[in-house]
Parts: sequence; C-alpha cells; structure tokens
Amino acid sequence: MKVLMSGNEGIARGAYEYGIRFASGYPGTPSTEIIETFAQYPDVYAEWSPNEKVALEVGIGAALAGDRAMVVMKHVGVNVAADPLFTVSYTGTNGALVIVTADDPSLHSSQNEQDNRNYARFAKIPMLEPSDSQEAKDFVKLAFEISERFDTPVFLRTTTRVSHSKSLVHVEDPIPWEDKTEIKINTSKYVMVPMNARIRRMEVEKRTQRLKEFAETFVENRLEINDPGVGIITSGMPYHYAKDVFPKLSYLKLGMVYPLPINLIRNFASKVRQLYVIEELDPFIEEQVKAAGIDVKGKAIFPYTGEFDPGVIEKGITGKNLTTVCIPDVPIPSRPPNLCPGCPHRGLFYVLGKLKTFVTGDIGCYTLSFMKPLEGLHSCVCMGASIGMAHGMGKALKDKGKGKVVGVIGDSTFIHSGITSLLNMSYNKSDAVIVICDNRTTAMTGMQEHPGTGYTLLGEKTKELDLETLSSALGIESVRVIDPYDISTTRTVIKEELSRSGTSIVISRRSCILFKRHVTDSRKPLKIDADKCIGCGICIGLGCPPISWRKFENLPAESIKRKTKKQDGIAFIDSNICNGCTVCQQLCKADAIIEESPSHGKK
Amino acid sequence: MEKNNHVKSILLAGVGGQGILRASDILCMVMMEAGLDAKKSEVHGMAQRGGCVTSHVRYGQKVYSPIARKGEVDILLSFEKLESLRYLDFMKPAGSIIINNIEIYPPSVNLGDIIYPQNIIDLIRNTFKTVKVINARDIAVQAGNVRAENTALLGVLSLYLPIDIALWEKVLTSSFAAAVAEANLRAFHLGRAA
Repeated sequence: MKVLMSGNEGIARGAYEYGIRFASGYPGTPSTEIIETFAQYPDVYAEWSPNEKVALEVGIGAALAGDRAMVVMKHVGVNVAADPLFTVSYTGTNGALVIVTADDPSLHSSQNEQDNRNYARFAKIPMLEPSDSQEAKDFVKLAFEISERFDTPVFLRTTTRVSHSKSLVHVEDPIPWEDKTEIKINTSKYVMVPMNARIRRMEVEKRTQRLKEFAETFVENRLEINDPGVGIITSGMPYHYAKDVFPKLSYLKLGMVYPLPINLIRNFASKVRQLYVIEELDPFIEEQVKAAGIDVKGKAIFPYTGEFDPGVIEKGITGKNLTTVCIPDVPIPSRPPNLCPGCPHRGLFYVLGKLKTFVTGDIGCYTLSFMKPLEGLHSCVCMGASIGMAHGMGKALKDKGKGKVVGVIGDSTFIHSGITSLLNMSYNKSDAVIVICDNRTTAMTGMQEHPGTGYTLLGEKTKELDLETLSSALGIESVRVIDPYDISTTRTVIKEELSRSGTSIVISRRSCILFKRHVTDSRKPLKIDADKCIGCGICIGLGCPPISWRKFENLPAESIKRKTKKQDGIAFIDSNICNGCTVCQQLCKADAIIEESPSHGKK
Repeated sequence: MEKNNHVKSILLAGVGGQGILRASDILCMVMMEAGLDAKKSEVHGMAQRGGCVTSHVRYGQKVYSPIARKGEVDILLSFEKLESLRYLDFMKPAGSIIINNIEIYPPSVNLGDIIYPQNIIDLIRNTFKTVKVINARDIAVQAGNVRAENTALLGVLSLYLPIDIALWEKVLTSSFAAAVAEANLRAFHLGRAA
C-alpha cells in the first residue's frame, strides 16, 4: 500500500516495521514528528527526555541491555549529546543504536546551520543519508543492520527538506520485536577508563576500516551511468534537485556519506569526463574526494550556505536559470512570525521592553519578542544560555549591571539546560533576575510533554516538577509567581526583584493559548469603541495580530470620529481572532477597548 | 540540457493559520488518487506563527524535487493579497494566479513603518494574463464555516486541473471530521462556482 508520508513519518514507520520498539529524544524542528509518530504505534516505549544528552544516554543504556534503540534530535541537539556520543563510539552498542540528526540548512527554525556530517567523521560513526520519505523508511532498517553487524552507533542524517516534504511510501507489515535483552557484564568494553579506552580506540580504527570496505559495495551507494559527459556525486535531497533539472546525466548517489567508498568514487570518476560534487553546506564529500587525488568541482560553483533547490544546481552547472517575470517595483512588507493572539509571553515582554534592562534570551516562541514593537529580548545563543549569560553579564558589569540584567527562559528550556546554570547563580552569588516563562508545555515545537507538565509522551500521568521547590532547593531565596495577563502586577514584581540583591526567580505562569489542557476560562473577544479611541497607538505597541491601525485618510468620511486635532487614525481589533486576554484593555488609557457583543462571541 | 517536462508545479502561499498545509495535503492526495506521482514541501515551525507560509505541490509521472524552481510554477494559489506579490518570480510567465481578495496586515504595516501596497491586483494583471480574484472568506462564511476558506480556494483551483470531481470529493470527505466535512464540501463547490 502506498501512503503519502513526510520523511519524519517515514523514519518512524521504518523503525516500527523493523521491530524497533524503543526510542528517546528531545523535540526540535525539524525532527519532532519522528518520535511523536513512533509513539503512536502499538507496544512501543518512547520518551521525551529532558534533553538530548539524557536521550542519548537512555538509548545507550537500552542498547547495552541488548535492545535496539533509536535516539532522535535536531542538529544542535547533537552538540548537547556530544559527550556520550564520542565515547559510545568506543564502547560499541551491544544491541543496536541509531541516532537521527535532523539538520536545518537555511536555518528555517534554528540558530545555526551546522553540517552534522562532520560529527560522523569526528566521532568515527557511520552515517546514512536518505533523500525522500521512502528512503527515510528504508534507511532506518539499513542503519540498524549496520549497527548490529559492526557493533557501532549509526547516524541517520536528514535535512529539513527531507524531514518535512511528503512523498509516496510503500508501507509494509511490521516484524515483531525480538527480545534479545539480558544483563551481561563486560567491563573491559563498557568501562571507559584509560586502560580500557586505549584498547577500544584501536577497535574503532579497525571497525572504520571494515566500514570503508563495506561502503564500497553498500547497496545504497548507487551508480547511474547515463551521459558520460558529466558525472555527479551527491546524496540526500540535492540528488532529487539535480535529477529534476538533469535527469540524463550520470550519478553516484551516496546513501552512506561516512565513510566514503573512495574506490567506487574513483571508478565513477574514470567513467565520466567532468565530475561534480553537489552537497549543501560544507564541502564534506568534496574535500575527501580531492584528498584522494580525484579532480572534482564543488564549492567553486555551488554555495557554502543555505539549502539548495533545483535552480541553484542548474545555475551552478549551466550558469543559467529559467526566465522569470519582473516583480512589480513596490516595497513588499515582510511578514515575520509573531506571537499568537492571546500569547502569555506578550504581556511579559511588553513590560520587559519598557524597563530599559538587558534581557538575555533563550530558545522558544518568546525569542520572537526581540522584534518590533515589543523589543523585549536582546540575545539568543542556545538552549539554556540565558541564565549563564545573565550571570556573566552581571559579574562583568558589577555595579553598572545592578537592576539592569534579566534572563528569560521557557519551562521546557529551563529543564533542558537551565537548572545547573541557575545553581551556578546561587553558588556564585549572582544579582540578576531570571524569569521562567512557564507556559506549561513545549510550545514552539507543538505542545510536547516535559517533566513539568505531569504527563509522559505515552500519555501517562506522572510526577510534575515543582519549579518553585526546585528553585528554592537550588538556593534561590526569592521565588515569585506572576500571571503575565496581569500587566500591573507583572511590572511591579519584576521591578521589585530587580531592586533586590541576590538571585531572584520570577515564574511567569500562564498556559500557551494553543494548549488545550489548561485553557478553562472562557474569554470574550474584544473590540474598539470608535467613540472613545483617541488614536494614541499604545495597543498597537503590543504587536498583537488582531490589532491593526486604520488611518483616517483611508476611511469613509462619515465613519471618522476625531477626538483631538492631531488624531490621524484609529485602532481596530479583529474580533474573529482576538482571544480576549485583555492585555491591550489594561493598557488603554481611554477605556476604548470593550467586549465584543455576546452574540458575536465565538466561545 | 534536458528538462523534465511532465511535472506540474503549484505554489500555495498565505499567512500562518489559514489552512495552507491542510489544503496542500488534500491537493497532493488528490493527485495520488489520480494515479500520479506527487510530492509536496513546506517548512514547519517558526513559519506557522503568523508568518508567511508556502507549500509547493508537484505532480506528474515521476517527480524528483518536492520544490519548484523560480520560473517554474504553473499555478499560484494565494490565500492573501500581499502574499501573491511575494512569489511572482516563482511563476512561469504564462502561469495562472488565483488570489483570495483579503488583506492581513503584517506588524510593520500596523506600526505604520511601511504601507500595505495598494492596487496589488492591477500590478499582477499587468504581468499575468490569467488572474482569478475571489473572496474565499465570504464563500466560507456562506458555506457555514469561516475556516473553510482553504477548501473554497481549492474549489477555484480545481477548475484549472483536469481531475475528476469525484476524486476531490472523496479526498475532501476523508480529510475532515464528519462535523465539518459537509461545510467544506459546500465551500469547495461554491468556490468552483465563484
């Protein structure tokens, strides 16, 4: 049966079909749907771990117990998991271990576009790279086979375009899970003290040699000899881009991108007159091919940055592109993503933006509030960085920083990698204020559970982390909870905490507006009372999607109600998308924001 | 160099929350039901939070790339007026454009930093011969579900595609919960008639 599937759904399906029943991970675009889909299959164990390092260690443990485990993360998640990664390469896996890394060329939803193929070579771990949803499904099986056969962790690398595009997949019946688990002690292999690790280090080199030989005849390193004029070495989605524009050229399509089949590449090079490597991001294949003394063109004609598309490849090889029309010469306003109507972050960041403090930010929806008009966040580096950076800034600024540095972090992100940094603040006597934006879920990636939600990925009720108690246990003396829908209290509490010495925690607690579990109060959409609006624009400063500005010059004369000579327009609220959070209503000085009449209320 | 001439490309463009991804899923499944190879691609994540959303759908005997090149799109199905302007360079010069005649202001317009371009439709008509303008929101309201804007637009699109209407109805019926399927089918047919 053929089914339309995303690459991520293909990976989950492939694991399930191959009898894999164990998976762990941490959500992150573009990888999230892999674990979410896998968790829907019957009789599987799947978990959201607090972060990628824990997720990998969980997978290593499962494999050590003899099971076959899949661990899933986005590209930057591998940075977090890098510590166990490099050493599980030495120990080997016993059962089987496949690590999925979902890279994000063009930074569609990430803070960098690192090329995680480098991790394969760096950690000496083989890497497969599927190019569409069918291969995503098939390659998971191949990855587990390689892991079992060579006693090695195996990477499966996707990119955003493979993970999130959909194509037809042939679905098969799953094979059942086979219980190979047992407790077996083998300290020389699994206790990586220097005397053991030195020996395992040699095993890694032997394994890499065997994998190089394996790669030469690996079925998914595929030759397509057509036109002998031009040969293209490629892998992943760029294969499809190239085939789209040049279906008749010759290809070496690599399903395994580390280690490379150098003899196969040499053989391919001998069959074609001009050889190209088409790869997004780093010249990973190109440099190895060149190091083998094979003449090839790559980054000389293709970009180092961003994801490719068929046009990029066409331009690189022919120097030309399709004819396009002239775009009309008008400025086109950009449309960046924005916080949702009724988002609990909006009130908090409105207050922070007005306080003239430096706000170290973190990874989450709230990162968007760096933009106009909120401008309430001033840095974003990685998961958890806000807390360490707020501490570092405070220490460096000394008196100049007193009452001027705030760190903000989401609930899931705090649990991911903020706890030790908060402990550091209390240990090393920090003066900054940390705000935990506790929206009760992992909102940015689409409402995943975490240790603070009280539920597991499989939907079981579990212990719910108490952030107040945890903060106190870490030595934070002032822990306060606010509702960010209450602007006045939010402002007062943050000001009070900024004026205190010592580290403070402010928990800004209000469920994500899209998260159904906690939304209990029925709120009524608001509207502008045109008889009262004085056109001051304060509500516009919230950047809330339903609120827009209407200039009098564009309105029919009879509808204009001018309150002052200077007034040149009026605010408008689209009641269809207003959630009635009342933040704008609290800010309005003219009492011009009122409830939409009940007959139009949508809830 | 050779070209793969049998693949058609449709670009759906609009604003996060307008049901673009659902519409492109439906379109892709219709092509699959019609016995064609089909692929689609969009980017999830940040793009959905009120930002621009695009989805490429490509179909034919054999599809390689899930995204179209600039200059390659046959039909642009635009869910919002400004968004139709943003991707004109993806269009074949002889391509067709369907525009939902509604305006959703981005923050920069609300803040008064930049004006929402006037006469967008005229600008596009100056360049393209086949431009269809409808108000899918009105159609959706008429069909009994304001969220059926996307299926109303699919109804308009269906006029441009040689696909049996029964296939559309089959996929539409299976794509929505029973409670809203009828309104969506109604919106689809009203879109066709608009």
